[in-house]
Amino acid sequence: MPEQKLTGAQIVIKALKDQGVDIIFGYPGGAVLPIYDALFQQNDLRHILVRHEQAAVHAAEGYARSTGKVGVVLVTSGPGATNAVTGLLDALCDSIPIVCLCGQVPTHLIGNDAFQEADTTGITRPCTKHNYLVKDVNNLARTLHEAFYVARSGRPGPVVVDLPKDVQFADGTYVPPVEVKHKTYRPQVKPDIARIEEAVELIAQAKRPIFYTGGGVVNSGPIAAKLLTQFVKMTGFPITSTLMGLGAYPASEPHWLGMLGMHGTYEANLAMYHCDVMINIGARFDDRVTGKLSEFAPGSKKIHIDIDPSSINKNVAVDVPIVGDCAHALEDMIRIWKARQKRADQGALADWWNQIRKWQARNCLNYSRTESVIKPQYALERLRESLRGKDFYIATEVGQHQMWAAQFLPFEAPNRWLTSGGLGTMGYGLPAAIGAQIAHPEAICVDVAGEASILMNIQELGTAVQFRAPVKVFILNNQYMGMVRQWQELLHGSRYSQSYSEALPDFVKLAESWHCAGLRATKVGEVDDVIAEMLSINDRPVVVDIAVDPKENCFPMIPGGKAHNHILLGPEDNVSEATPEDGMVLV
Amino acid sequence: MVNNDTIEKHTIAVLVDNEPGVLARVIGLFSGRGYNIESLTVAEVNNADHLSRITLVTSGTRMVVEQIKAQLDRLVPVHRVKDLTDEGPSVERELALVKVAGRGEQRIEALRLADIFKAKVVDATLTSFIFELTGTPAEVDDFVGLMAQLGLVEASRTGVVAMSKGPGGF
Ligand SMILES: Cc1ncc(C[n+]2csc(CCOP(=O)(O)OP(=O)(O)O)c2C)c(N)n1
Ligand SMILES: [Mg+2]
Repeated sequence: MPEQKLTGAQIVIKALKDQGVDIIFGYPGGAVLPIYDALFQQNDLRHILVRHEQAAVHAAEGYARSTGKVGVVLVTSGPGATNAVTGLLDALCDSIPIVCLCGQVPTHLIGNDAFQEADTTGITRPCTKHNYLVKDVNNLARTLHEAFYVARSGRPGPVVVDLPKDVQFADGTYVPPVEVKHKTYRPQVKPDIARIEEAVELIAQAKRPIFYTGGGVVNSGPIAAKLLTQFVKMTGFPITSTLMGLGAYPASEPHWLGMLGMHGTYEANLAMYHCDVMINIGARFDDRVTGKLSEFAPGSKKIHIDIDPSSINKNVAVDVPIVGDCAHALEDMIRIWKARQKRADQGALADWWNQIRKWQARNCLNYSRTESVIKPQYALERLRESLRGKDFYIATEVGQHQMWAAQFLPFEAPNRWLTSGGLGTMGYGLPAAIGAQIAHPEAICVDVAGEASILMNIQELGTAVQFRAPVKVFILNNQYMGMVRQWQELLHGSRYSQSYSEALPDFVKLAESWHCAGLRATKVGEVDDVIAEMLSINDRPVVVDIAVDPKENCFPMIPGGKAHNHILLGPEDNVSEATPEDGMVLV
Repeated sequence: MVNNDTIEKHTIAVLVDNEPGVLARVIGLFSGRGYNIESLTVAEVNNADHLSRITLVTSGTRMVVEQIKAQLDRLVPVHRVKDLTDEGPSVERELALVKVAGRGEQRIEALRLADIFKAKVVDATLTSFIFELTGTPAEVDDFVGLMAQLGLVEASRTGVVAMSKGPGGF
């Protein structure tokens, strides 16, 4: 092919197309006008105009998480870029592949405090996996391809490409994305077989084993989830997962113990505490999961599979570290398990399951059912029943409702659960649900929200209406920043400092003002009807305001600084007594 | 769980692409994650491929040092990370410029010590010297310590550069 001369803006469009991009989430401004002009003159890339740049990144995350593809964002310089920062860090914490293109002032003005100038590469350096400033249009195409490669390879993450306006205008040469051989960045995907063999031997001897899986399985792709399911069935071991890993193993399967961690199930946390062999696949021993480190699964040997070597031995020293992609590692493990004709110790396993059944019999997600007020758990149970067998995606905001959604909604497949785990960003859910809905127009996309969180990106209802994304916003309205209120009640003498949701809008009218449907339930008897109506509306977004018990707390709960076996099951267990002084400083 | 709490000092060499921001990435990693930097030097070592070599001296528990190396290795422009303290014997050198001012006996004593340390005089006036000294960091410490009693005005040190012994390279 002869050398083509294109403008920088045209190179951007061509590179995106060649990377298989079909959707961009963005917001225009002076420093990206050439790219918006080029977008205007083509029909392959669809641009979703958000109402705030933070939401552009969250929408791209929802798109990426629900499709396994890289999410693409386009924002202007200065305030456009700084608005995107929260989203970028969110994607970094949860390992979501994003390429974010930022406009920048022309190269000759960089460093001059020019209008809408920000040191974007400086600001985003600790919030991205990598970032670039392109000063020469002839490096643009290669850099963009490299950005996609870095974003999706190894442990995925967000990559920023900062594009000065003069570079967007300049003529340069386009190069196609030949299999980018990055000079330095080549993450190890294939695990060391000797380690896998070691792991298989350890697994075969286990008496009280547990699989502890995380977002890495989801990121690895559907094959990893399939192999995980296969391996769990072959061994007959129990399995739990982190918040980020939900769906990688089907929740309806008998080996599933539910989520673990601070608000995880009793059985999952106690099984972790008492296990003798822990098989961590794609999780990172996060503090929400481990609780008190010195008493974390004290009698266990630990196997840890992770594609990021820096995750291994970071918080918890492990016995068998395996660097590699989950799918490759699982494939090798299954092969060697079969070849060596391994079989779990059936007697020990039966005893272990007996013990686990006893823990399960505590029925830790039980709550006091009442006719007088809608319990948030009840609303989610009813949502669960109405979604059964349907094709759905669930996004959440952050707070109690998020934890209840994780506890009460069943995920049978990966990529269906979109939540801000690592950063815990209120305002994530609505744009993420929109991103998922844009990618899956026929599916049911629900944002399980709190009345406080939803206000952080409520303006995105406009985006949903404009782009015909009939998302469902399911607000569990407890009139409080419930999770804050819960900590204040349990740890700060019930002094509810600034956690009451004062001056709330009428969510039904608010929805209607955007030409969305607005529904409300205030009585237990109304919940089913409202959910049915919500699911029947498919031509516009729906906002559902469910008035739930303002006092309900989220249990089980492992108090800060405590080990798994100190899990509290309900209000009858005293949290402030259970929280050690050094636990109070933990978040 | 943390298997060893003793603090170890490590000299780590890092080969990186000499591109804008790479040093900020390394330094940001250390400040952001609360790791120690006792010394850090950087310069381009391969002009054709635009490679720079960073030598840094850090300290921490074994687990922290392993983390530091893994975190460095994960930076996109990093080619290789080599723990010179772990990988057999190595040579460490530092260059210092040391200015002393004084007259008479003090001046003669400074010169005499400089001779013993094989420091070169690179500037002289009637009332001052600048010495150039190359040595291990400990030797430079010693020399600067002695000069402190003989009219030390200022010292400027490069920080440590290091290389493993024997025929093997990066
Ligand atoms: C951007 C942001 N600011 C503050 C917080 C701290 N925070 C965590 S949960 C929460 C309350 C959320 O309230 P709501 O959305 O009503 O959910 P609920 O807990 O009541 O279900 C707050 C303020 C956060 N996670 N994110
Ligand atoms: Mg609330």
